[in-house]
Amino acid sequence: MHPAPSLIAFSTLSGLGFGLLAALGLGFPAVTGWTALVFFVVAFALAGGGLMSSAAHLGHPERALKAFTQWRTSWLSREAWLACAALGGMALYAALLVLGGVRVALLGWLGALLSLATVGATSMIYAQLRTVPRWHHWSVPALFLAYAVTGGTLLAGQVTAAVGLLMLTGLGQFLAWRAADRRVAASGTDIGTATGLGARGAVRSFEPPHTGGSYLTREMVFVVARRHATKLRSIALVLAFVVPAVLLLLPFSHVLAALAVLSHLAGVLVQRWLFFAEAEHVVGLYYGRQFG
Amino acid sequence: MTELPERTDRKLGLVIDLDTCVGCHACVVACKGWNTENYGAPLADADAYGADPVGAFLNRVHSYEVQPESGPAQLVHFPKSCLHCDDAPCVTVCPTGASYKRGEDGIVLVNEADCIGCGLCAWACPYGAREMDPAEGVMKKCTLCVDRIYNENLAPEDREPACVRTCPAGARHFGDLGDPESAVSQLVESRGGMDLMPEQGTKPVNKYLPPRPKDDQIDVLAPLLEPVAEEPRGFLGWLDRALEKL
Repeated sequence: MHPAPSLIAFSTLSGLGFGLLAALGLGFPAVTGWTALVFFVVAFALAGGGLMSSAAHLGHPERALKAFTQWRTSWLSREAWLACAALGGMALYAALLVLGGVRVALLGWLGALLSLATVGATSMIYAQLRTVPRWHHWSVPALFLAYAVTGGTLLAGQVTAAVGLLMLTGLGQFLAWRAADRRVAASGTDIGTATGLGARGAVRSFEPPHTGGSYLTREMVFVVARRHATKLRSIALVLAFVVPAVLLLLPFSHVLAALAVLSHLAGVLVQRWLFFAEAEHVVGLYYGRQFG
Repeated sequence: MTELPERTDRKLGLVIDLDTCVGCHACVVACKGWNTENYGAPLADADAYGADPVGAFLNRVHSYEVQPESGPAQLVHFPKSCLHCDDAPCVTVCPTGASYKRGEDGIVLVNEADCIGCGLCAWACPYGAREMDPAEGVMKKCTLCVDRIYNENLAPEDREPACVRTCPAGARHFGDLGDPESAVSQLVESRGGMDLMPEQGTKPVNKYLPPRPKDDQIDVLAPLLEPVAEEPRGFLGWLDRALEKL
């Protein structure tokens, strides 16, 4: 799949933002006043800014409000509702906390739940697609949530919890990559089922329908240079998990914590680039692409 | 509404004969022509006369080589457009309700005034049947020429999709695949019509007729044309023996 910068930025930033909002909603850290304001500004900037950037890939962003209508079937529509509910609920919670110094715990928990549900809905947009075998699996929402919780805990300055979560999510990502490689190779969809000619012999794409590119080839038949995939996965794991965990285990300083956050952010960006670039769409089979 | 209808009164669709298609791409051109001049946003091209032309098409013709375990390879021309699936995944993912399947005839359409151009429906389609228009920023797809098939301003013989009307080989057929008595259903029945990627669970309405098996022998007279002498005789025979001795 085409790794659109707007989608990579959106899922990375909003994942971190909603993760931080969830942590703040649960009272980690238990801040009030000006300190709380700083935390909430960061969280809202990440979550809201991410959502804004996702509108950049729309053909008609001015019609975006129509996306609220089909929540009964569409995960994209559900994501829109959940994002608004989470941002609205957490804005009220933040206002009471910052201006009034009152923490309404129930509202915070509800906001945390809605924040994580938004991340879950985002991940389901991808996981629902049977056409992309690498995404069509429960591990996709599980990892999106794990990334959000890990990043949120890291941003919330919960050092001990963050170290543990970094290790767990990093291990989860490593195992998920290996499982996904096997799943794609065993997906059962190939050029034989795509053309219905598989029982007659070995099918090979002889001539594509067009000599130039098309929306389909650009959007869905994108191929990442496979020889770099292993290197990029290693870079993502080191930047997103190993470096931040090591920095957090050193004697605490704000500079090291900030570096840990930046390293994690860079690692997640690489992981999200791979998430799109490595994903094979079955339409590629019609163009002679092979899976696995 | 992006909820799929529980059932459709009719299942209008295409039957494409892979045995007959000659790969001339006339259906591609007829489709592009009709759908650029009629219903909805014109099918645009970008950089049409430049170095890197791209454009939106609703129908494209691939060609595949099939190599059986024994015998010669076969070339199969393979037109591909929207299959108007009963369980259309492109419809249910749409956040705005722009994508819908009609209850009365099963045609899958896009209401272009509601489309935000997010592209999710194109991701959800396993067949690559949807393409974003490079000029309008809305999703384009086969309408089964909905503005031809019910159009009483056209002569009766023209009230079928442009691709079907233009096919010089008669490789494309249009009709109601929900009616077992219809000509297209009978054709599917007699020729063993098949679904593309049935494992994707989309229940496509359009069917493909597989290529007929090729005769093992080229002609009934072929056995009579077997060579009578395998060994060369006369001058060639002498030359063959002489060269063998060297």
